[in-house]
Amino acid sequence: MNHFPQAWGRPRDDIYGHYDASFLQSSGPNQHTQSPVVTGTSVIAVKFKDGVVVAADNLASYGSLARFTDVKRLRTFNDTTVIGFGGDVSDMQYLDRVLSSLDIKESYANDGHHLNAKNLHTYLAKVLYKRRSDFNPLWNQLLVAGTDDDGKPFLSSADLLGTTFSAPTLATGFGAHLAQPLLRRIVPDEAAVGGITQEAAVAAVKECMKVLFYRDARSLDKYSIAVVTNEGIDLKEDEKLEAQSWAFAEGIRGYGTQVS
Amino acid sequence: MFRNNYDNDSVTFSPQGRIFQVEYAQEAVKQGSVVVGLVSKTHAVLVALKECSSYEKQLLYINGGRYQGIDDHFGIALAGLASDARVLSNFMKQQALSSKLTYGRAIPLERIVASIGDRAQTNTQHYGKRPYGVGLLIAGIDVTGPHLYEFQPSGMTQEMVACSIGARSQTARTYLERNLDEFANASKEQLVQHGLKALKNSLPQDKELTIDNTTVAVIGMGKVGKLENFKLYDGQDVSVWLDLDSEEKSEDTSAATEGAAMEIDS
Repeated sequence: MNHFPQAWGRPRDDIYGHYDASFLQSSGPNQHTQSPVVTGTSVIAVKFKDGVVVAADNLASYGSLARFTDVKRLRTFNDTTVIGFGGDVSDMQYLDRVLSSLDIKESYANDGHHLNAKNLHTYLAKVLYKRRSDFNPLWNQLLVAGTDDDGKPFLSSADLLGTTFSAPTLATGFGAHLAQPLLRRIVPDEAAVGGITQEAAVAAVKECMKVLFYRDARSLDKYSIAVVTNEGIDLKEDEKLEAQSWAFAEGIRGYGTQVS
Repeated sequence: MFRNNYDNDSVTFSPQGRIFQVEYAQEAVKQGSVVVGLVSKTHAVLVALKECSSYEKQLLYINGGRYQGIDDHFGIALAGLASDARVLSNFMKQQALSSKLTYGRAIPLERIVASIGDRAQTNTQHYGKRPYGVGLLIAGIDVTGPHLYEFQPSGMTQEMVACSIGARSQTARTYLERNLDEFANASKEQLVQHGLKALKNSLPQDKELTIDNTTVAVIGMGKVGKLENFKLYDGQDVSVWLDLDSEEKSEDTSAATEGAAMEIDS
C-alpha cells in the first residue's frame, strides 16, 4: 500500500504513468475569488413617504446562461428590514448564513432590543470591508431597506469594497444605468420622498423591472418585490411582469440581423 | 486554632454553602464611600461622596474621579477598589465602542451590564482568580428609556429604581425606600435633590454636603429622542445642585415653625 496520502484515490502510477501532483502543492500564493461565477443582476429600490419598495428578479445566471430561474434574492431580517443581493449568488448564500446566525445571536438576549435596517447596513458594510481587506471580497452589491432609529424610511447600499452610499432611489448592476434615471424622475431628491405614495412607488418599481427585462439580457420576467414600512414587510417572491409590449423592438437599430 | 479553612480561594464552598472569598469582596464594597443612584421616567442620576478611604483616594487620584462616563449614553459610579473598577470600565468602554462601530448602535444597557456580570461571575468560579472588589451603579439611557443597575462582586446585577452602595449606605437606602413612589414622575432637579438627601442621610451627624465632598452626574432624555449626554458636576459646578437643596430647606424651616410639634421624634 502507498503510505503517501496525496497518492490515495489517484490513478496508479504503474498503470497510468506518473501522476502530475503539482496542483496539490499548497505552496504558492493563496487564490481567492477573482470574479463572480453564478450571478444575480439588478436590485432596485425606492423610498416613499412611509417606507421603501425593493425588487429583484429571480434569475441566477452562469455567465450568459440563465442557469437558475427560481433564486430569491430578497431576504428579510427581523420583520423590519429587507436586503437585496446583486452579484455572486454563493456569496449571497454565505451572507444569508451570516445574517441568520446574527439573528439567532441577537434573539437569545430576548430583551426587546432589535437591530434596525441602519444597524444592519453598518454591520454588513463592515463584513464586506473586512473581506475586501483580506483580498477575498464577497462579490456582492447590497441594498438594505427598512427604517432607521427614528422610524423614518431608510435605504442604503454597500458593495464588495465596503463602500456605502445612500439615496432616495438606488439600483445595482445594470439597473444603475437603466432603472435609476427613471426612478430619479419620480423621486429626484430626499424632499420629494414625502410626496410619494406606496402605490406610486410600487408602480414605478414594476415599470422599471419591465424596462430591465426589455434591455438587460441577464434578467428574467419573474421577480420578487418587497414593501417595507413601520407596519412590517409585504414580500412577494413569485411575481410575473405584466402588460409587456415588445413593439419598440422593431425600431432597434445598430446590432442584430437588420441591415439599416 | 479556629482558622477558617474555607476562605483560601473562591472555588471552595464552606459546609454551609458559603463562598467566603466572595463575601470578603462584598466587604470591600461596604468599605468604599457611599454612592446613590436614582431613576425617573426621563432621567438617571448618580450622586456620590468624594471623600474616600485612603486606599481609594490613592487609586482615584490616578483614575481621575469617582465617576466614569463610559459612553455618551451611560456612566458608572463605584464603591470599593477603584483599580478593579478601572478594569471593568475599560472593558465596558471597549464593548460600547465596538457596538457603536459595528452596528452604529448605542449598546443596550441591559446587555453591557449582563456582560460585566458574566465576567465577574467567572472570576468566582476559577481557581487562582479572585472576585472583583468593587460595586458599581450603572446609570444611563437607551432606546427603552432611563435605567439604573446595581453590580456586585458576586456577579449579581439587578435593575433598580433607586439604589445606594458603600459605607453606611443603609441609611441612604432607607430614605430611598421611604420616597420610592416619588421618583418616577420627578423632574431632573427633584431627582438630584432626592439623591442629595439620601446621600446626606448616610453622613455622620457633624458632616454636611459641600462642593468639596459631593459630586453629581446626570443623564436624561432631551427633546424628542435626543440624548442629554452623561454630564458630571464636580467642584464649583455642584453648587447649583447644593443651592437648590438649601433653598428648599429654608422654605421648609419657615413652614415647619407652624407644624413643629408634629415633626418631633419623626
